[in-house]
Amino acid sequence: MSLTLEQVKRIAHLARIEISDDEALTTQGHLNGIFQLIEQMQAVDTAGVEPMAHAQDVSQRLREDAVTEVDRRAAYQAVAPETEAGLYLVPKVIE
Amino acid sequence: MINKSLKELAQALATKQISSVELSTLFLDRIERLNPDINAFVTVDREKTLAMARAADARIAAGTAGPLTGIPVAQKDIFCAEGWTTTCGSKMLANFVSPYDATVIRKMHSEAGMVSLGKTNMDEFAMGSSNETSYFGQVRNPWDRTRVPGGSSGGSAAAVAARLAPAATGTDTGGSIRQPAALCNLTGLKPTYGVVSRYGMIAFASSLDQGGPMAASAEDCALLLNTMVGFDERDSTSLNRPVEDYARDLDKPLNGLRIGLPKEFFGEGCDAEVMAAVRAAIAEYEKLGASCVEVSLPNSHLSVPAYYVIAPAEASSNLSRFDGVRYGYRAPEYGNLDDMYMKTRAQGFGAEVKRRILIGAYVLSHGYYDAYYLQAQRIRRLIANDFVEAFKSCDVIMGPTSPSTAFKLGEKAADPVQMYLSDIYTIAVNLAGLPGMSIPCGFVGGLPVGLQLVGNYFAESQLLNVAHRYQQATDWHARRPGAID
Repeated sequence: MSLTLEQVKRIAHLARIEISDDEALTTQGHLNGIFQLIEQMQAVDTAGVEPMAHAQDVSQRLREDAVTEVDRRAAYQAVAPETEAGLYLVPKVIE
Repeated sequence: MINKSLKELAQALATKQISSVELSTLFLDRIERLNPDINAFVTVDREKTLAMARAADARIAAGTAGPLTGIPVAQKDIFCAEGWTTTCGSKMLANFVSPYDATVIRKMHSEAGMVSLGKTNMDEFAMGSSNETSYFGQVRNPWDRTRVPGGSSGGSAAAVAARLAPAATGTDTGGSIRQPAALCNLTGLKPTYGVVSRYGMIAFASSLDQGGPMAASAEDCALLLNTMVGFDERDSTSLNRPVEDYARDLDKPLNGLRIGLPKEFFGEGCDAEVMAAVRAAIAEYEKLGASCVEVSLPNSHLSVPAYYVIAPAEASSNLSRFDGVRYGYRAPEYGNLDDMYMKTRAQGFGAEVKRRILIGAYVLSHGYYDAYYLQAQRIRRLIANDFVEAFKSCDVIMGPTSPSTAFKLGEKAADPVQMYLSDIYTIAVNLAGLPGMSIPCGFVGGLPVGLQLVGNYFAESQLLNVAHRYQQATDWHARRPGAID
């Protein structure tokens, strides 16, 4: 398998990373080298093998539906790039 | 004082031979003098450190001190610490002052009364094996400053090796504690997945990430691990297990220990002199009463390919949170919201992080998910099963930690695949979720060699015992790099 330049640009867009034509070309070379390594997996017959998503075979814990955290909005918003009146500011989304 | 073990330092503090303020100052002064050359620390805050040291001295005076109260330690900059800049080695978080403590930090500060000397350099978002992907510059290996310290916990490793700190925290997703420990002549332990809380530890690949200690000896690691572990409600994968003292079995004799030697780790691909040092260490173990048995991990050659699907897939999801809205970097100029995301992430992430996000986005995308992501997870199962089978005939698995000694700065930086292959012996352990260690076992051309020990699930105490007995019989771990001062 080998990624085309168009595919590289499309993935970059999906990942919301702006990429120049030059960068896309370098990235294409690197990614194809990495996928060559990854391709070794394709030769392995894994029919009937249960996928392993996690190191521990345990299920998610449940907890009481109770408030356990205190309100730390001011502290958390203090590290935001831009806030106003307790809200996070982003460029206008709806005209 | 700077070369003392944690136990000796604890005793010096308990007997008022030295105060925590004096001890911390000693290390802060060393950092000030030596760090500009080594670049192991990215953040030092003398006032914060001394405030913790004063609090520790008060605890010692009041008789409420724990075993490690007042001992200074370096923190990998992946752990959020309230009021401390927490960068994860990235431009994205270069100005992020954490509003909260990671559980590991909270335990070490509040419960254990330990003193943080600062935050250590690391590969950006822990993605790297040489510390060269850090936004804050490369770290130099104290054993040879033209070489890498390993990664991603390279700053922690260099800090302890140069005795800028008595011990440090690290994290290990594919070898990031063990490989730098090997390259810097340290003892490092990656616990069983789920033993150390991941809360506040900036996520790279959540099903693999695990924090652990890096220090000069197995005994130091055991004591430090005691302060890091424990069930945490705030980490959904934290395991609720009885508390244990990881130092309790250190002195147990090794008579009857069965060492498994995977034939796949003793074939081609490893430097011959590194292999000779590893074999000599195993011979030493036989003298200590252990016996060897050949085992097989037939799918281990697939661990690097499977890892480079699973880890980037998880990373692409985890790192989607860095969007310039709630914290971290935001591009100075942008058009609409999408443009803000695209420019923020293009400018805030380095090349290796972008590569892994792109791999992850691709293997998770429609039409490729089954062929890559699910296939990698199936292979992960095969790799884990290989270990289950191997542990039927042995107690601990041994082999090299890294296929070579520390390589030259820049040597592998241009070729991602070559860099990835430096973790060829460590990655399978993360995929299986097992505990692993690296301990010093010799030198090649003046550079340290690490012996990897892999234990069964929750066998940390046994691994530390196996490491400690070797360190009682040898002095590799006690060697220090020359020409530091």
